[in-house]
Amino acid sequence: MDFQVVILAGGFSSNLVPLVSKEVPKALLPVANRPVLSYVLDLLESNNLKDLIVVVEGEDAALKVGGWISSACVDRLHVEVAAVAENIGTAGALRAIAHHLTAKDILIVSGDIVSDIPPGAVAATHRRHDAVVTVMLCAQPVSGPSESGGSSGKDKTKKPACEDIVGLDSWKQFLLYIAKGTEIKKDTRVNKSILCAAGKMELRSDLMDSHIYAFKRSVLQEVLDQKPAFRSLKQDVLPYLVRTQLRSDVSSDQNNVEENGNGKDNMQNNEVVLSQILSNASLPSFHQVYESGLDSRKTHKCCVYIADESKIFVRLNSIQAFMDVNRDVIGDANHLSGYSFSAHHNIVHPSAELGSKTTVGPHCMLGEGSQVGDKCSVKRSVIGRHCRIGSNVKIVNSVVMDHATIGDGCSIQGSVICSNAQLQERATLRDCQVEAGYIVCAGGEHKGETFARR
Amino acid sequence: MGAQKKGGGGARVSEDAEEQSRQRLQAILLADSFATKFRPVTLERPKVLLPIVNVPMIDYTLAWLEYAGIEEVFVFCCAHSTQIIEYLEKSEWYSHPNLVVRTIESHKSISAGDALRYMYEQQTETSQIQGDFVLVSGDTVSNMPLADLIQEHRDRKKKDEKAIMTMVIKQSKSSSLTHQSRLGTDQLFIAVDPLTKQLLHYEEDKIDHPSGSVCLDKSLLESNPSVLVCNDMQDCYIDICSPEVLSLFEDNFDYQHLRRHFVKGVLVDDIMGYKIFTHEIHSSYAARIDNFRSYDTVSKDIIQRWTYPYVPDINFSGNRPLRLGRQGIYRACDAVLSRSADVGASSVIGYGTKIGDGDKILNSVIGNGCCIGSNVVIEGSYIWNNVTIEDGCEIRNAIVCDGVKIRAGAVLQPGVVLSFNVVVGRDFVVPAYSKVSLLQQPTTEDSDDELEYADSSSATADQLSGLNLQMESKASELGPDGAGYIWEVCEGAHDEEWKHSVAPIPEDKLAEITQAIDDDDTDDESVVPTSGELKSDADSINTDMNDPNDDYDYFEKEVEGTVLRAVEENIKVDLVTLEINGLRLSYNMESADCAGATFYSMMKLAVDTPHNSASELYKNAASIITKWKELLGFYVKKIDEQIEVIMKFEEMCQESPKELGPLFTQILHLLYDKDVLQEDAILRWAEEKAGADEADKVYLKQCDTFIQWLKEASEEEDEDDEDEEEDD
Repeated sequence: MDFQVVILAGGFSSNLVPLVSKEVPKALLPVANRPVLSYVLDLLESNNLKDLIVVVEGEDAALKVGGWISSACVDRLHVEVAAVAENIGTAGALRAIAHHLTAKDILIVSGDIVSDIPPGAVAATHRRHDAVVTVMLCAQPVSGPSESGGSSGKDKTKKPACEDIVGLDSWKQFLLYIAKGTEIKKDTRVNKSILCAAGKMELRSDLMDSHIYAFKRSVLQEVLDQKPAFRSLKQDVLPYLVRTQLRSDVSSDQNNVEENGNGKDNMQNNEVVLSQILSNASLPSFHQVYESGLDSRKTHKCCVYIADESKIFVRLNSIQAFMDVNRDVIGDANHLSGYSFSAHHNIVHPSAELGSKTTVGPHCMLGEGSQVGDKCSVKRSVIGRHCRIGSNVKIVNSVVMDHATIGDGCSIQGSVICSNAQLQERATLRDCQVEAGYIVCAGGEHKGETFARR
Repeated sequence: MGAQKKGGGGARVSEDAEEQSRQRLQAILLADSFATKFRPVTLERPKVLLPIVNVPMIDYTLAWLEYAGIEEVFVFCCAHSTQIIEYLEKSEWYSHPNLVVRTIESHKSISAGDALRYMYEQQTETSQIQGDFVLVSGDTVSNMPLADLIQEHRDRKKKDEKAIMTMVIKQSKSSSLTHQSRLGTDQLFIAVDPLTKQLLHYEEDKIDHPSGSVCLDKSLLESNPSVLVCNDMQDCYIDICSPEVLSLFEDNFDYQHLRRHFVKGVLVDDIMGYKIFTHEIHSSYAARIDNFRSYDTVSKDIIQRWTYPYVPDINFSGNRPLRLGRQGIYRACDAVLSRSADVGASSVIGYGTKIGDGDKILNSVIGNGCCIGSNVVIEGSYIWNNVTIEDGCEIRNAIVCDGVKIRAGAVLQPGVVLSFNVVVGRDFVVPAYSKVSLLQQPTTEDSDDELEYADSSSATADQLSGLNLQMESKASELGPDGAGYIWEVCEGAHDEEWKHSVAPIPEDKLAEITQAIDDDDTDDESVVPTSGELKSDADSINTDMNDPNDDYDYFEKEVEGTVLRAVEENIKVDLVTLEINGLRLSYNMESADCAGATFYSMMKLAVDTPHNSASELYKNAASIITKWKELLGFYVKKIDEQIEVIMKFEEMCQESPKELGPLFTQILHLLYDKDVLQEDAILRWAEEKAGADEADKVYLKQCDTFIQWLKEASEEEDEDDEDEEEDD
């Protein structure tokens, strides 16, 4: 398909502390006992996108991710792992790996998504319109992906704060405007020239940018070269391309004259006709109208692909999101997990040992080799591999990672226990996060706390 | 007042829901555009009586209203009201079986708002308007059905009584180049909820460079998941209104323009919560003749039968129908055409008109009783009634009113408008876009362009008769044998002239605009920072919102001025306090801010008073503090306020370390002695400061001994207290 896929897998994301640690970069955080990155890789593989570059922030993290990839899927996919410096932003990361990029179009996927939206459809839309950039939009989740749950009590409106504001043309093909809702204080300003050219613009605040983009490589690299101040794809590069779509500075055509020959007028006309047939449009797009009206100017197209509302899309970018993803993957969205569920809607690995009178409810997962003592109750939780759980333990709505030890009589609700952590007897945790390897003392009652070594 | 009315209206709606359905359908027709776009023609004849394809505009509007099922029309006459009433009396509208036409006359109204207020006042006496009504102006040409739309409006009103108006819009993509619609109106930006069709934003833009942006309030997007912003819609100025609209005009006496004031007012006002909805028409026609360009466009639409059944070959208002020939040529049966005359497509020739040999007529309308000589070229022009055109004239894209004489060989360049009875001299070339009238241009242009015809019709007549005499003596501006004044285009409007003219937009203008767009774009580029709209937004908001620091600075300055004046004029402390309190309220400041600002101004005064040495400065300060301690005392009743004073003082010392710095302890002591500051305040300040950076502690160290002394003193005092207690 001549698409190169770049997966921006991040590094040790600070807003996921204490879940991430030196041993576990963000990309390897377990979602239903599989690294989150594996969901992205599976998704791409199922769309036959096999030429991948995984960009990881920091050498250490890159080693970890590389190690996992080589063990997991080296035989199926052609994956390169590239390490870039930390805190250089998404645009910076792409600048750093620019020499790896050779294909005509680049698909950029965030490494922390759990979704069943086909990225191939984005690529197809991109090709069909010969766009400079194609953005995938998906419906905004009802409960905000970030910590909106906590602050909602304070909001009078009870509406989710609009994450992104996007402007679409009347056929919902082109992206005319994009802004981050949280950064707009008072007014939304829509450029009149674009509005005049398109006639109508539908401003939507119920869609959000899903961080899956297809870029024309030449254009992306040109913009990155020309604008060294751009740090973020979403906040700098994308708005820039959208803003300038009717007076394009990017010389995409000239660069590609040899490749696809649309630099000359007659060729372009052919392509216009072709793209019209492909897009089933009876009218030429406003870009072409605009272009033909003023022979001196060039335009480029920014397209969108709007995912079906029934599709699942979650980004693992906060602790709350981590909890939600784990819950969804073993719950409502269990087709994503790739496991086969038992009749009780749960997965208990055959090698796991359960004590007497211990119940494992639906939407639960119990990893390989874990031991659970007597009279325990596990509800809507994920328990990793080789965990040792004592007797009389209650685990509800929680994630327990591999090799954790939980003493007798503990009660865990809405919490994350990272790998190798230890909970001594009768510890009660509610909405807590326990760092990897941390030891929580016996008998304590904790609510909303984070346990981590400084 | 408004709330009462609303309540009353709401109750009536629910009670008389049945009655509403059998209410007569009513309309208000504004027979005055309250604008000056058709001058100089409208100085002599009201706009609604100007012929469009040989039929007065008002006939189109009335015929359409009648066809659409309206039973009663109130024709609101303002300028030239006698002419309109006379015309209606002569026409068959007064005796029409299905449509009751009533005229309302008001000479005081200078805007649509005034007109509706006048209607409302009449309403209280006669209650003519019984329910929902259609509001149109007398220059509307349409064939859209109204009954369903009115029903839709009523249904919506029943569900949501805040839905007071439905306005009709039609798609008409404006040119991306000139940013005006084919009707010559300005760019229109509206935002509509795609599901409910509620109007959320309405913005007309006169500025023709495209670099601007449309601002939508953020709350708009938060409350609506989807907002449709349209630029390709034409406002037809056909509104279905509920009676609340009239009372809204009454309540808001400053509403003048239907759109600029009323619609915007309703959209902005969220207290009453009134809503306006839109209705888009697709298959039917609706347009308003707002300027010469739309006159041209609508005329062509009529000729090409978009407005069927209101077309020249159908009698819809007592007009004599013309015969339609091939190529869209309408001809009166008694028109005399020379064999050698070449009448091209889309032309109309009226009754009793003679066309001479070798004439070429294309895309033009020629009225009744015209006499056109030979070898005349008429292209894209509108010749009204009884016009005489002599041999060899050339007329392109012009409007020629009744009774005009164009002498042989004269040329009208594109965009010319000749008002009534003008005479163009032999071989004279009337320059492009000029407007010619027998009346002189009013020298004092009304500053408010809303105002229409300042002079009443009778005055015009007098002027006219006087003018004719004058004309003989004075050399005409239209050649030696011509008659008429060429109006000067007023400043600023010159560039705009081509936009509203009947003539097509000239090539060079297009090129110019293209160039302008390019320039704009480059400007735009440099303005927009790298991070896009987000940053620029933030900037503009900063300027919009008053920075609290700025506020405080202003406040401080004001207080300083007050104190200075008080010292100079020796005003009583009470009065100064009163004044500062006033400032405090107007700037929304705390009492502590007052204390800080007052102290600041006192010390500033001390510093500004001439002095040679530090001791003199101290003396100055001491005398001022002694004298005005009451004033300060008024604001430093609480410990917090006292601390504020000390902080302010510290700040001042830091700003001028040479002058005030060394005196810090002394003045602090003085303040303590004068009971302005209590020891608690000083000690607490010292405590707070103890944790600060070293650099911040300069003054704390300076007064270390003083603080030590204070501490000891307080301990002693405590001990004393204890002793005393023991004594007791």
